[in-house]
Amino acid sequence: MSWTLIALLLLPLAGSLVVAFLRGNDRLAKTVALAFSLAELVLAVLAWTAFDPGGDRLQLTSSAEWIPAFGVHLSFGVDGIALVMIALIAFLVPVVIGGSWADKLPEGRSAGGFFALLLAMQTGMVGVFAATDVFVFYVFFEAVLVPMYFLIGRFGGPNRQYAAMKFFLYSLLGGLIMLASVIGLYVVSADKIGQGTFDWATLVTVTRELPLSTQIWLFLGFFVAFAIKAPLVPLHTWLPDAGAEAPVGAGVLLVGILDKIGTFGFLRYCLPLFPAASKELAPLVLILAVVGILYGSLLAVGQSDMKRFVAYTSIAHFGFIALGIFAFSSQAGTGAVLYMVNHGISTGMLFLVVGMVMARGGSRLIEDYGGMAKLTPVLGGLFFVAGLSSLALPGTNSFVSEFLVLIGSYPNEPVYTILAAIGMVLAALYVLWLYQRVFQGPVRGTALIDAVGGPGAAVDPERASVPDLNKRELAVLAPLVALILVLGFYPKPVLDVITPSVGATLSEVGVADPVAQEGK
Amino acid sequence: MTTFLSQNVERLQAPEIDYGAVAPLLIVLGAACLSVLFEAFLPKVQRWAAQVVLTLLTLAAAGAGLVVYASGEGTPEQGKLTLAGTIAVDRPVIFLWGTLLLLGLGAVLLIADRSVEPGGAFVADASILPGQGSQVYKGSGSTMVQTRAHATRFGMQTEVFPLTLFALGGMMVFVAANDLLTMFIALEVLSLPLYLMCGLARRRRLLSQEAAVKYFLLGAFASAFFLYGVALLYGYAGSVKLADIANATTATDRSDTLLYAGFGLLVVGLLFKASVGPFHAWTPDVYQGSPTPVTAFMAACTKVAAFGGILRVLYGAFERSSWEWNGVLWGVAIASMVIGAVLGLTQTDVKRMIAYSSVAHAGFLLIGAISLNDQGLSGTMFYLMAYGFTTIAAFGIVSLVRNGDGEATHLSQWAGLAKRSPVVAGVFTFLLLALAGLPLTSGFVGKFVVFAAAVEAGMVPLVVIALVASAVAAFFYLRVIVLMYFSEPAPDGPTVSVPGAFTTVAITLGAAITLVLGVYPSFALDWAGAGTFIF
Repeated sequence: MSWTLIALLLLPLAGSLVVAFLRGNDRLAKTVALAFSLAELVLAVLAWTAFDPGGDRLQLTSSAEWIPAFGVHLSFGVDGIALVMIALIAFLVPVVIGGSWADKLPEGRSAGGFFALLLAMQTGMVGVFAATDVFVFYVFFEAVLVPMYFLIGRFGGPNRQYAAMKFFLYSLLGGLIMLASVIGLYVVSADKIGQGTFDWATLVTVTRELPLSTQIWLFLGFFVAFAIKAPLVPLHTWLPDAGAEAPVGAGVLLVGILDKIGTFGFLRYCLPLFPAASKELAPLVLILAVVGILYGSLLAVGQSDMKRFVAYTSIAHFGFIALGIFAFSSQAGTGAVLYMVNHGISTGMLFLVVGMVMARGGSRLIEDYGGMAKLTPVLGGLFFVAGLSSLALPGTNSFVSEFLVLIGSYPNEPVYTILAAIGMVLAALYVLWLYQRVFQGPVRGTALIDAVGGPGAAVDPERASVPDLNKRELAVLAPLVALILVLGFYPKPVLDVITPSVGATLSEVGVADPVAQEGK
Repeated sequence: MTTFLSQNVERLQAPEIDYGAVAPLLIVLGAACLSVLFEAFLPKVQRWAAQVVLTLLTLAAAGAGLVVYASGEGTPEQGKLTLAGTIAVDRPVIFLWGTLLLLGLGAVLLIADRSVEPGGAFVADASILPGQGSQVYKGSGSTMVQTRAHATRFGMQTEVFPLTLFALGGMMVFVAANDLLTMFIALEVLSLPLYLMCGLARRRRLLSQEAAVKYFLLGAFASAFFLYGVALLYGYAGSVKLADIANATTATDRSDTLLYAGFGLLVVGLLFKASVGPFHAWTPDVYQGSPTPVTAFMAACTKVAAFGGILRVLYGAFERSSWEWNGVLWGVAIASMVIGAVLGLTQTDVKRMIAYSSVAHAGFLLIGAISLNDQGLSGTMFYLMAYGFTTIAAFGIVSLVRNGDGEATHLSQWAGLAKRSPVVAGVFTFLLLALAGLPLTSGFVGKFVVFAAAVEAGMVPLVVIALVASAVAAFFYLRVIVLMYFSEPAPDGPTVSVPGAFTTVAITLGAAITLVLGVYPSFALDWAGAGTFIF
């Protein structure tokens, strides 16, 4: 019985309640929220040090009976994959709180409400990754929708009602389809071992014996829910809307963490529970993944709205992650999990710098900007760093993961891998072209012209009313830049935690991986 | 002549009555009679207080009687038949009685409230005619005149209390009836007071009276269907007892036509009361027109009673012929879910919206009922309890949002409510999420247990359709949340009344149970699954 995960779950919830009652005093609310999120970060570091990469599959476990009539237990535990995701959450939430510190909220909305919802969502997200009981996982999976729905709907952009509704309905539909499979798991386990259960570790031993047709039906229920979350083409259309309308801070968590529930679900639920179905349907998933990479990249090239741009790059990146997972090799799987972490960092940073650009120009449209690097050189430089990380330049974090995914997938799936590699070229195109349009050349674009005082005005960086990054913004971006570089050059600490869990997952699928065995 | 009489006297044995078992029933029906006497003999100014005290005491006493019996030493574990086998008091009945009494308590609290609407939600005198305008009825001579002064002085038509108690008593008999004739009597005892109560709204008299007439006419037809079905089944089985009909269905020498026709007609009558589509046509109009506390009472308690009856009939009499009718009820369940979810999307009135939601929920409940296994029985009963409390609280909140003309039920008037009244909007959001079936609310656990039972019974396609219908239905619940939270309030929008103690208690009770059953449902699941029907 370990209390670490329970503390990780309860602390943000307590913070959320406290902050919710500080709605009259914005400054105090922000400070308290930041304090809670930093305490959570400390707890996450403690959890990381308590985790033994060579130990049991699930660690830091705790369990208590919840609904005995259905064999539901409040069980928590983490493997390496879940641990790095929880660490990523704990890292991103304080960054997001810092990044949203000075956001202009819609009229009549209080900062206390915003940060209370952020912290409530943190509890939900930690619960999703820490649950080892399928029922509890489902509860968190659905519960996390509610704070996100309110974050988008109350604090989002002009089209927020539509986006919030679309986000919620898509996820809810996926969740309900998954519920059919969750119930199916319960009934199947009651059939096979006499007593219905939702315990993940028990279910793994039960469901692998099922005939292929049953596995496929149950697999599809989970898969649809996760493919909506992840999002895979053609179930992705909610993400550009939700990502574009969400306030920047919520957007970071939306694409950085929430969408990873989908890819995490593939690894934790689809593969170990339904190994035969996973192999049978892998070509389908790989096609969707490659289509997602190419389609997302092409649409990212064509975007005129910076937030939608980030959303479409994410769709492409999720294609890479899905490719790595369903290529069934330990290198590609490890790469995919590392990609989940790196994507959270680099896209999170991209979202934040886009937010900082918008805070200065007041517009999301690319055409409203131009030559901004002359006014805000530091912001321009950091935007460039985020972009390079997003296009996986060697030396940045994403390179390691993308490289691992591609070389790990190639032996098993050469065709799909080659097609996916085209996505890397497109990534360079969309990132560099965006940077060029917004930051390079002479100062232009209505948003900036208005800010510096009319067309033709001589641009004097000292006097321009477009300020460069302030200390708070620098402090928010600094840890992200540091992680991008550290993980780019020395990813070993994270890989050490991930690799055994990915190996265990793949052995549950029954994949004998030549590379991994030679390595040992 | 004398010998003939004395022979008869000898033969007529009074049936044995287990007074302990039927005590809750006797208390409720006895108090209903006493309540009528109050109406007759107490001066008008004292009636409200006396009736409220009597009704609340009755519910408390009946509840206490039920608890004493259920936990008593000599109570048979599986339950027992009493009153010459016409009433069965078994574990499911005890659960349903408890649920009915608690839901009845919530509804009575809403009915008794006089602070939200000055004088109460009920008209001061039922004979007041609908007239021009909504508040003041002008007339001359013998025509009643309702003015503000009149309304405040005379308060509400307090007959609503005995009517409520009679309806509640009828519902309790309905779920415990062990033969079809008793069931029919109970159906009438629960229906007739409801028809009257629908027509008693203080505001919008015309709409209210229209609702009453509509409910009465359609309800009378449904009763006729039910009775005709009973007659045909009597012809088929030679008995109206559920157990005899069940025995008859195992024999092969009887007319299947009588069985099918009788079953079909009987079930139409039951499905009508439960507002299962496509027998739901009355639901939106009646829900909209009735005084909101009565709507809450109907939506919660009638649903429990009707489904209690459906469960009893299906399990008791027709379990063994299930393969004959299963397909039909599949179709009915699908129709109900689709009608409720799709037509709910187009509604602009919050009461009509909840009415269509109740049609969709009736479809989900029917899935549990036709699972015909132990999980289906306990799951359906749990769902009934969960749904009832959520609905009572939801209608309690509807009664609070008002403008100058009474309740502001048009959805556009709810825009920006969260800004004006964050607590009310927050509680209503929670209740809507419960109706949509999100985790950590009772609605989710209810759906889960019902669908699990259905999957166990091999009805996977039905469950998938139900899940898709839930997702569609979620849209209209969310739309209300969008309106309340994400829209700006209209300048002349409604105000939220500060609820009096009664309404506050009712809403708190409903919302708290919705939360508790969502977070820690074990105890209620255990009660619901404590035993099965006896016949």
